[in-house]
Amino acid sequence: MLPLNESFFGALQQKGVNRRRFMKFCAAMTATLALPPRYVAQVASALEKTRKPVLVWLQFQDCAGNSEAILRSSNPPVLDVVLDLLSWEYHEIVMAGAGHQAEAALNRVVKEEKGKYLAVVEGSIPLADDGVYCTVAGKTALSIAKEVCSNAAATIAAGACAWYGGLVAASPNPTGAVGISEAVPEAKVINLGGCPQNPANTAAVLVHYLTFGELPAVDQYNRPLFAYGRVIHDQCERRAHYDAGRYTQEWGDEGHRKGWCLYKMGCKGPQATFNCPSVRFNDGTSWPVKAGHGCVGCGGYNFWETKSPFYERLPNVPGFGVDVSAGKIGIGITAAVAGATVVHGIASAVRDRMRTTPGPEKP
Amino acid sequence: MARIVVDPVTRIEGHLRIEAEVNGGAVTDAWSSGTMFRGIELILRGRDPREAWIWTQRICGVCTTVHALTSVRAVEDALGIEVPTNANLIRNIIGASQYVQDHVIHFYHLHALDWVDVTLALKADPGKTSQLAESISPWPKSSRNYFKAIQDRVKALVGSKQLSLFSSGYWGHPAYHLPPEANLLAVAHYIEALEFQKDYIRIHAVLGGKNPHLQTYLVGGMATSMDPNEPGATINPERITFLAELASKAQAFVDQVYVPDVLAVASFYKDWFGYGEGLGNFLSYGDYPQGGVKDPARFYLQRGAIFGHDLSKVHPVDPANVSEYVTHSWYEYGDGDQAAKNPYQGETKPKYTGPKPPFEHLEVDQKYSWLKAPRYQDHPMEVGPLSRMLVAYASGHPDVKPAVDAVLAHLNAPATALFSTLGRVAARAVEAKVMAGQVSKWVAELGDKLGHGDLRIHDGEKWDPDTWPKEAQGWGFHEAPRGSLGHWVHIEDKKIKNYQCVVPTTWNAGPRDAKGQRGAYEAALMKTPIADPERPVEILRTVHSFDPCLACAVHVVDARGRRFTQVKAS
Repeated sequence: MLPLNESFFGALQQKGVNRRRFMKFCAAMTATLALPPRYVAQVASALEKTRKPVLVWLQFQDCAGNSEAILRSSNPPVLDVVLDLLSWEYHEIVMAGAGHQAEAALNRVVKEEKGKYLAVVEGSIPLADDGVYCTVAGKTALSIAKEVCSNAAATIAAGACAWYGGLVAASPNPTGAVGISEAVPEAKVINLGGCPQNPANTAAVLVHYLTFGELPAVDQYNRPLFAYGRVIHDQCERRAHYDAGRYTQEWGDEGHRKGWCLYKMGCKGPQATFNCPSVRFNDGTSWPVKAGHGCVGCGGYNFWETKSPFYERLPNVPGFGVDVSAGKIGIGITAAVAGATVVHGIASAVRDRMRTTPGPEKP
Repeated sequence: MARIVVDPVTRIEGHLRIEAEVNGGAVTDAWSSGTMFRGIELILRGRDPREAWIWTQRICGVCTTVHALTSVRAVEDALGIEVPTNANLIRNIIGASQYVQDHVIHFYHLHALDWVDVTLALKADPGKTSQLAESISPWPKSSRNYFKAIQDRVKALVGSKQLSLFSSGYWGHPAYHLPPEANLLAVAHYIEALEFQKDYIRIHAVLGGKNPHLQTYLVGGMATSMDPNEPGATINPERITFLAELASKAQAFVDQVYVPDVLAVASFYKDWFGYGEGLGNFLSYGDYPQGGVKDPARFYLQRGAIFGHDLSKVHPVDPANVSEYVTHSWYEYGDGDQAAKNPYQGETKPKYTGPKPPFEHLEVDQKYSWLKAPRYQDHPMEVGPLSRMLVAYASGHPDVKPAVDAVLAHLNAPATALFSTLGRVAARAVEAKVMAGQVSKWVAELGDKLGHGDLRIHDGEKWDPDTWPKEAQGWGFHEAPRGSLGHWVHIEDKKIKNYQCVVPTTWNAGPRDAKGQRGAYEAALMKTPIADPERPVEILRTVHSFDPCLACAVHVVDARGRRFTQVKAS
């Protein structure tokens, strides 16, 4: 828990954040978290009482896509997150200091803020060959992760690689890459799947933590339910076309131009859970399916192996029978589809797990 | 003599370590080391070439989109596919807008703090800052009150003693020369640029679904359907209007904020046109097809190479002349580490021989980096905006030449001043200006196609793998923000047999080769003055002028003879 002894809103006011802007931000947060509007006041009041906690962001075997994603955060804007909501004291991609001074900043947090700071991890951690595949300041990623994450109040695994190794751990996993939970089992971790994670969700997790002093409710993969609790297919704007049997058959055809369902082009939306259709990306501008390409299921465990080949139609969809395409069902029997899809959602969630190499399960 | 180590080099993408010898207040030798390795090409083997772009794009999330584009081009080259004009246009818009966004972020968020002392902004007079701003630009956010509010925000931050990202900077270092007002102006624009980049990149969200990691490329074209009458189409008149508005705002930001700021900062640091010279060899594959990828003569940015600072001659470029050494890299070649190999014959066998972590120093006379050492005709080359702008300048590019001349005239500097740390910064700003204009033009052209009913975005003739030959090889290229990028793909039985990438930061940040020739960073760091070896901000200035991206640079692996260590429990 965070000490609730200083006025966070007071600090914000000093920095020129007025109450109106603050309330707008709180409203956006409660929307993302799927909390009813009456929680706005509660979130606002909790934030006002919270002191500014420290956050460190570690980058290991990463592409910095999750860092870049947070730079695109729009509600709240990134600078409010970095300067006002938190004290963001280590993040190699944007911090002022380098070399010894950067190392010293991280060491200071681990020592002086022990048990109170938040850690974010981006990228996988290589265990093969004594960890020589990733070093920072001459130290292995594993040794840094152990020291920083085991002393943190909580660790956020941002993106697929930090969660379970991601693409880096895909076969044949040349560097023995794993996620943070496997590398540092004692760390208290919440996983934000996605490639990259959606910054709206990350901001919401941070605010939830600041507001309630604990991480939000999670699923069996330790992903926050508010973001990963629903199947994409069930929220998709092209769903009506699926139900009516209207499919894109070829790239650029009439169906594609009219925004018809992309299931036949390999879309993995029926097997993926994430809140992309509602939250979208880049200030709510779009998401892959809206932009015309199928979902690759990037929010799911081990999607690189379980959801590829990405252009192959989902085979043998449970509930639909072998080789009966969803299209055929969709044309005539709408009611049956509605029922089947519920089964389909559950069944594919089960199948998702069956196809997956068991990871560091921490239900 | 002192050995300076900077690790981590921050405000870059990825994991870079610099070791430098300092004698008499200047760098006398330097070694650049990439300290992270993933092995993405190996992971690609056996997979569907049509989805290679989804995987390779994850080589880098800063240079997002660039490996996706290069990958689809490599597969299209292998299969003999020519994409429709619209797909080329959309790819050009995505690529050019990536330059603008990336270059703005580089200047303000990755590089500026090497020149700007944030704490000195507190001493500025907001009224004089307003006068300074209005003397260099018509940008409307320039009032005294505006700068006062920014200053108050900095004051509150410093007063809180929780300086966040700014807590560990080299503040007060004698190498900072800007007057307080220029520091305050730069801090204000640091904040504005953060807003700008996230707003502008919605171009990628429209055309790619999201940024980072766009998701609309296809082998054969793009998945962005076009229709003048359909709200459900990715590209329709409403979206064109939106894109045009974003493109136009970006032109204003680059012309009225980014370029004037670069000129203003440069005018206080003119000695840095004399440091960081580097190799003097420059390479550009050229890009932005206006016919097709097979017609380099009509690329918007020209293909060519410059050797030995000689701007009087631009040499032709053939990818067959690209090769890589591993003499000083943690890999071994089957027939010895002294000879270089072309990527089609690429062989990479990771072999770490460095010190056991934790370590103090690398063994720089032996192998010391996860980066290979690429060479063109056995010459080390610099790649990136400076190379592109020099090739375009020396080729008499109708937009680039006047833009470069205007900058040189403003700074009262000769063209040779471009061979420097600040030359790279200036070239990047010129490129952003020119390409921001191109985004607007290409968006208008796309709107025109839409209006005339040309809606083709994909050539599906070879979409079905059954139509492919048993074996095929191809080369894809792109001039990414940080320089020349090449993918080499070998397809057999509908699967990827071999995949090799030679990327911009491998060219620039790579180690020495068999002849002992330094890489571009190593060469550029020579003679860099160091006022305080404990706080080597001067090293950061030159290294950052290249805009390093190490995730891109280190990813290569080849299975031949590779020992796999399967650590992950199943």
